[in-house]
Amino acid sequence: MSTAAPEVARTAEAPRYANPYAAGIGLGLVLLAAFCVMGHGIGASGAAAQVVVAGVNAVAPAHAQSNAYARAYLDAGPPLRAWIVWEVLGILIGGFASAALAGRLHWLVERGPRAGRRARLASAVLGGGLMGFASRLARGCTSGQALTGGALLSVGSWVFMIALFASAFAAARLVRRQWT
Amino acid sequence: MILPLYPAGAIGEGASLAVAVATGIAFGVALERAGLGSSRKVAAQFYGTDFTVIRVMFTAIVTAMLGVFALTRVGLLDPSALSVPDTWLVPQLAGGIVFGAGLIVGGLCPGTSCVAASSGHLDGLALMAGMLAGTLGFEEAFPWLARLYDATPLGRFTLPDLLRLPTGAVVAATTTTAVGCFVLLWRHERRRRDA
Repeated sequence: MSTAAPEVARTAEAPRYANPYAAGIGLGLVLLAAFCVMGHGIGASGAAAQVVVAGVNAVAPAHAQSNAYARAYLDAGPPLRAWIVWEVLGILIGGFASAALAGRLHWLVERGPRAGRRARLASAVLGGGLMGFASRLARGCTSGQALTGGALLSVGSWVFMIALFASAFAAARLVRRQWT
Repeated sequence: MILPLYPAGAIGEGASLAVAVATGIAFGVALERAGLGSSRKVAAQFYGTDFTVIRVMFTAIVTAMLGVFALTRVGLLDPSALSVPDTWLVPQLAGGIVFGAGLIVGGLCPGTSCVAASSGHLDGLALMAGMLAGTLGFEEAFPWLARLYDATPLGRFTLPDLLRLPTGAVVAATTTTAVGCFVLLWRHERRRRDA
């Protein structure tokens, strides 16, 4: 089985990624363009909030109206008029197009050499759950707080960024088996 | 001062949503080209074997920061019209700690999970599903979390405010720190390669 059936690749072959400083300058110019055109930066986790609130409102509108957090989103307008929803749609398009052009489109469950597929999918769901919760608490994620607020020198954004790196380095010891 | 365009009414809402898609595409391309759609590459940052995450993030922050500073100095950009994320010290500290744990368990951040998923990585798709679940959990628990969420509001509070320094000094110090960090990483990797 292990030799006959093609095992789903454990990791993307990593040919010719861009120089990280060049990619960083490119990303910084995207952020600067957002500042200059829109007056605000970029985001990601806010789109999840838009989708979740719209979903809760569709299933249980009275329940959504009674929740102060959901109501703030509902009062701000429908998700299809939210800038961040369209921006995240763009991330999906851009990621797909770039991977396709680079020959990096692969169906795979990317994981460490000792990790199984199911365990890796479970850890992805768990990690996503923690970040979904945390980015609502912090009012943003690596995009809306660390990159955007970092470039605008917001104290809270720098606190968030330093805390997340310290926490990730500390927790990395506990999940070493998953990645190495 | 002609920038930023949208708050001044120079472009409308429809155009702003087109800008959103364009911004997202460029953002996705930059992340994918850097290799940050790969969960192993992101996770390797925290085992000291790949420093792409720090290099890309710090370079992007410094690039945008210098751009904002320069455009403000030449009078093209009105910095008071920029939405600086407000500071809520305690929830952002707590959020950062939980987020960091989620990042090393999940191996991708919310933005890079979109790139991973759209390149076919099912772990990226699973992480996006987890994001929705965690967001729903926060929203449903909000009545119990509201006090923490609204704790320690400091408003628009920047590093120059905190340090009582001119913006230019903080911009210079941040740039110097980034370059110093890159030099240390370069020396560290060269040492390890030679060893």
